[in-house]
Amino acid sequence: MRAKEWVAMILAGGQGSRLGVLTDTLAKPAVPFGGKYRLIDFSLSNCSNSGIDTVGVLTQYRPLELHSYIGIGIPWDLDRNAGGVFILPPFGKTNGGEWYTGTANAIYQNAGFIDQYSPQYVLVLSGDHIYKMDYSLMLKFHKEAGADATIAANEVSWKETSRFGIMNTDPDGCIVEFEEKPREPKNNLASMGVYIFTWDVLKTYLQQDNQNRKSAHDFGKNVIPAMFKNGLKMMAYGFNGYWKDVGTIESLWEANMDLLSDAPELDLYDADWRIFSVNPTSPPHFVAPSGKVKRSLVSVGCLIFGEVENSVLFAGVEIEPGASVHDSVVMSGAKIGAGAYVEKAIIGPKAVIEENCQIGAVTAQHGSDAKISVVGQQVTIPANTIVPVGAIVDQLGVLLQASKGREKG
Amino acid sequence: MKNVLGIINLHENEELLKEMTRQRPLGAVPFGGRFRLIDFILSNMVNSGINAVGIVAKQQYRTLMDHLRSGKEWDLDRKRDGLFLLPSEHVHYSNSIYKGDLEHFHNQIDFFKKCSQDYVLIACSHIIYNLNFKEAYQSHLESRADITILYKEEQPRPGKSFSLATLVSVGDDGWVTDMEVKLGRITKGKIGLEAYIMSKELLLQIIEDCVARGEFDLTKEGIIKNIHRYKIRGFPFRGYMATINSIYDYYRASMELLNRDVRQELFNESGPIYTKVKDEAPANYREYAAVSNSLVANGCIIEGRVENSLLFRSVRVHKGAHIKNSIIMQKGEIGVNAALENVICDKDVTITDGKRLSGARNYVMVIEKGMVV
Repeated sequence: MRAKEWVAMILAGGQGSRLGVLTDTLAKPAVPFGGKYRLIDFSLSNCSNSGIDTVGVLTQYRPLELHSYIGIGIPWDLDRNAGGVFILPPFGKTNGGEWYTGTANAIYQNAGFIDQYSPQYVLVLSGDHIYKMDYSLMLKFHKEAGADATIAANEVSWKETSRFGIMNTDPDGCIVEFEEKPREPKNNLASMGVYIFTWDVLKTYLQQDNQNRKSAHDFGKNVIPAMFKNGLKMMAYGFNGYWKDVGTIESLWEANMDLLSDAPELDLYDADWRIFSVNPTSPPHFVAPSGKVKRSLVSVGCLIFGEVENSVLFAGVEIEPGASVHDSVVMSGAKIGAGAYVEKAIIGPKAVIEENCQIGAVTAQHGSDAKISVVGQQVTIPANTIVPVGAIVDQLGVLLQASKGREKG
Repeated sequence: MKNVLGIINLHENEELLKEMTRQRPLGAVPFGGRFRLIDFILSNMVNSGINAVGIVAKQQYRTLMDHLRSGKEWDLDRKRDGLFLLPSEHVHYSNSIYKGDLEHFHNQIDFFKKCSQDYVLIACSHIIYNLNFKEAYQSHLESRADITILYKEEQPRPGKSFSLATLVSVGDDGWVTDMEVKLGRITKGKIGLEAYIMSKELLLQIIEDCVARGEFDLTKEGIIKNIHRYKIRGFPFRGYMATINSIYDYYRASMELLNRDVRQELFNESGPIYTKVKDEAPANYREYAAVSNSLVANGCIIEGRVENSLLFRSVRVHKGAHIKNSIIMQKGEIGVNAALENVICDKDVTITDGKRLSGARNYVMVIEKGMVV
């Protein structure tokens, strides 16, 4: 097979358990975002825009929706004669095979895939982060520094440092200390989970890591510290743009709301760095004479007869007359019935909110700290139901985390 | 309908749409916020199960080829069959005069002979509707007709008229007795969809017979002149259709899309209408956006007022701008406090800050592609 300078490996097997009902039936990278995307669109589009034509996607948890979404990679221009996108789920072996036991183990098990292309470098990414990044600049940095490993780093708020791997560097960007989720950080430069490794070096370390029975086979916890301990040349590559790991319902909601500011940090309208996705076949959206839309993103096929403010509507959403949607994310094909009021909520794909329901917070009563309410995929909320602040309604129609009442809907 | 070859005949009368067809064939005229006219017939054919489509394209191919490319969006990038672009040869002879579509068909006769299908469906791009041709094809086979002509019976409706329409006379028994191409506007009658089903053998015969006699017009000389020679069946279509032969037609059909029933019939009835995707982000409504009774495509950023209008992909409406009863095509930019009423802006038009332009309801103003006003 023709050799490639580099190949990308996207870790897309995560469950995203803190996203609750939103990941009941799909892996975290397949979670919808921003009116038309799924989280994995960002890493796939970044690869495509950075000129990477060979991408392995490592899947494990509930992969069906993700697999059918990615297909042969047409939307990202990754249907290539030499290379392209490859779905790499765990597989059986003569000795029985095993699941991917950690991020490093997933790459280790697919070393054979990478070796097919004899690459000099391997780019390892997470499939569930929201950002626009030119990896080719990072590769250039890696090559110029003559590094063994380069880790992309983003300044996070000091409050959040304990969630991340924190790097302390010298003025040249050379990492002098690496702390995984420190309690008392010296720095707020966090690892973005974007790594470039020189493949020969990484392969050796993955083999060693695999022998180590005590290892969790994780890049941040095991492989990176091991490399660091052995004094390899490891660089931090500073990245200044918008970057978000949406691990929770709150952060997913926030990331959607981030798009609604007048000059959003994440520019989705840049024709030179498009975020590609599977595009639904629908006519443009329609705003009726009775419709009102303000500070919102609206996708194709929506029909808006009611009021929409500060919200993100995915394709084919219907807002009936008299319905009112505020500070919410309404996913594709959902319907908000006449007279319903929705505030600070995430409404899952194809959910139906029947007439005169009230979903979520009324800020006036609960203040801006009110919790986000979630209605799961394909859930129908019967007419006149009140879904309280912070409640989560799953596919069985059960209210979770509600202040009172069960078995509603 | 595997046994049917779809032929989209782009020899269409563009006289009354010159402002929009100077740089593109009629089939490539943008329509409905994100489509081009050819998307409708092409999607109908694909949704009917036709696997091979030949496009008889006269000149100005660039826009058309850029739009269709491999035919992937219509699922026509196939190893067997798929999409075939059939350019005209006569443009290569510097002193040749355009004679008619049959000359073009004759140039490409090898293609028709070579293809494996026994039947052809010849249709045009400027009449838009959503129809699965299966029933018409079945009826063609069962009635043992030589030719089946699809038509729509239109009742007079205020403001609606048809220019350059083909009027079909169909007897109670369903056989066609007469057909004519009307020169003026008509308001009612059985209006042909300019879609014909016949055997490939008959098409080849018509092409050869006509060209041998110095006749080059498929509809008038190939079919109408032979109306009593062939058994011609009429097949009624009952859904929504619009013929786009003039700026007025274009404007009216566009405005009809603001009607929910029309959209339902045109975009969903027997299958989706496919088009080239552009990967635009969702439309972005800002603080001062006020949009009512309008269709808005992805990629638009709206800060002004939009009423009874269509915005194509990536239109930018600045603060204080007011767009009323208008159509703004792709990448249009409407400046601060600009006002447009009854205007069609072709692609890439910039209306500078504070400009006020208006046409009349029955005579809309058209701003040509790429203009800065």
